[in-house]
Amino acid sequence: MSAQTADQVSTIFAGSYINKLSGEQIEHECRRKLDAGCRELTLDFSQTELVNSIGISILLGVIDVAEKNGAKVVFSEMNEDTVELFEMLGLTKHVTIQ
Amino acid sequence: MNEPDNKLIHAFGALAELGHEITNRNNFQETIRTSLHLLSGALGIRRGAIARYSRFAHELNMLAVRALGDEFPLTLGLTTEDERQFLAVGLNPIEVAQARVLPFFQVYDASFENKRLELLVPLVVREEIVGAIFLGEKATGETYTSYDKDIVCAMGQHIGVAIAQRNLMAEIERRSEENRQLFDEMRSTYHDTVKAFATAIDCKDKYTEGHSVRVGKFTEIIATELGWGPDETEGAAVAGYLHDVGKLTVERKIINAPYRINAKESAELNKHPGVGYEILQPIHHPYTDVPLAAKYHHERLDGRGYPDGLYDREIPYIAKIVNLADSFDAMTTDRPYKSRRPAIDVVEDLHRNSGRQFAPEIVTAFLSGMFKELNGDDRGRRFRRLLGRDYMEAEGLAEKIKFTLNELAPTTPMTYVAAAGIGDQPIL
Repeated sequence: MSAQTADQVSTIFAGSYINKLSGEQIEHECRRKLDAGCRELTLDFSQTELVNSIGISILLGVIDVAEKNGAKVVFSEMNEDTVELFEMLGLTKHVTIQ
Repeated sequence: MNEPDNKLIHAFGALAELGHEITNRNNFQETIRTSLHLLSGALGIRRGAIARYSRFAHELNMLAVRALGDEFPLTLGLTTEDERQFLAVGLNPIEVAQARVLPFFQVYDASFENKRLELLVPLVVREEIVGAIFLGEKATGETYTSYDKDIVCAMGQHIGVAIAQRNLMAEIERRSEENRQLFDEMRSTYHDTVKAFATAIDCKDKYTEGHSVRVGKFTEIIATELGWGPDETEGAAVAGYLHDVGKLTVERKIINAPYRINAKESAELNKHPGVGYEILQPIHHPYTDVPLAAKYHHERLDGRGYPDGLYDREIPYIAKIVNLADSFDAMTTDRPYKSRRPAIDVVEDLHRNSGRQFAPEIVTAFLSGMFKELNGDDRGRRFRRLLGRDYMEAEGLAEKIKFTLNELAPTTPMTYVAAAGIGDQPIL
């Protein structure tokens, strides 16, 4: 996982497998960015091949925290399986897809 | 694959992970937190909580909470009616609209409404309430289907079992701690009783006041020096405290006679070991040798002791220890017909009688303890407290003990090995 920030827009690059460990790292980074005043949080899934249930739950938590902070969440570069999974579970209803 | 198939595979994966999480011996709080993640992630649930039920406090205490905010109550009191309804429903999801009839729900309805809770799942394991799951809206915005509820039930069963197991472990730990405390109390009572007996025995003899207590302490020192464990050492001390219990039946005028007693009186006094055994034998002591110590503490290795004239190996080991402690105390305290003997004389007596009256390794252990204290290697002041500082600081005592120890237990001979062509050579 890595991250970059410019003009209150942060991009977080997720790893290949989003599980408890990597999910909590993403969540921690997102919270840190939001606390620092980030207004738009982009999660880049270009490297992501698999997301398990804990990963889904953590991403839902990220969406919730961003909403409470009045920040926009963008999911980008998702592969077909990830899009299908996020749509099935309703995550895509709460984020902007790129 | 169509969507239901995908949902099934995804939920099955979450269920498998949940089973793995619960069977692992992880931190319980972390297990429950992960379980809530898995349940939320399986169905895309935005918020929820898992609570454990305290049947003593009649409360649901939150173990894990997700996205319900700080104002969500962490403890929810249940009424008898709530408990009855939980047990009647069993492990089945209750929709919020139905749950509103429950008394506890009415109390917290505003909080629940505000957090958009949709399902309440009582966790009932073996007809006992162990907790509850609270679930908010799904991220899809759709209501929970019967398929979703089946998944929630299946995962709820795992979580319920995890909580029940934890409760069981906590109960076992609590009872174990209670038993330990009870045991400690009984042990303490036993030792207090033993000491009270020792004091009662000593009260019969104004000249040897404190004799039994001192013999108990000398016996304890010897057991420690012999390297016995804490329980065995404690048992040895008890044997020392009670060794003269048979004297309770001996006439006071004989015990307190300010002269050397005659043969008849001596015969009467010499019954006390057997009487002591008769008193102690029916008592269920934690240490089995206590009655034997009372019976045989006047036996000698050379067979000239009483009551049975036993020889060395026939004498129980604890009786040999008590014999030394008893004799040592008799020599080092003032009696009506003679004063205490100087420390160096006493050490000489122990040396001279080693192998006759006393077991040499017991004499060695006892004198080693004394020497360590004199030498400063043992700062416990055990002997000084029992014998007095002046007595212990007699000139030449440390040297005398050192000499005696060398006589009793000379240095191990050098070990030789055969070296071809050279003959036996010492290993340097």
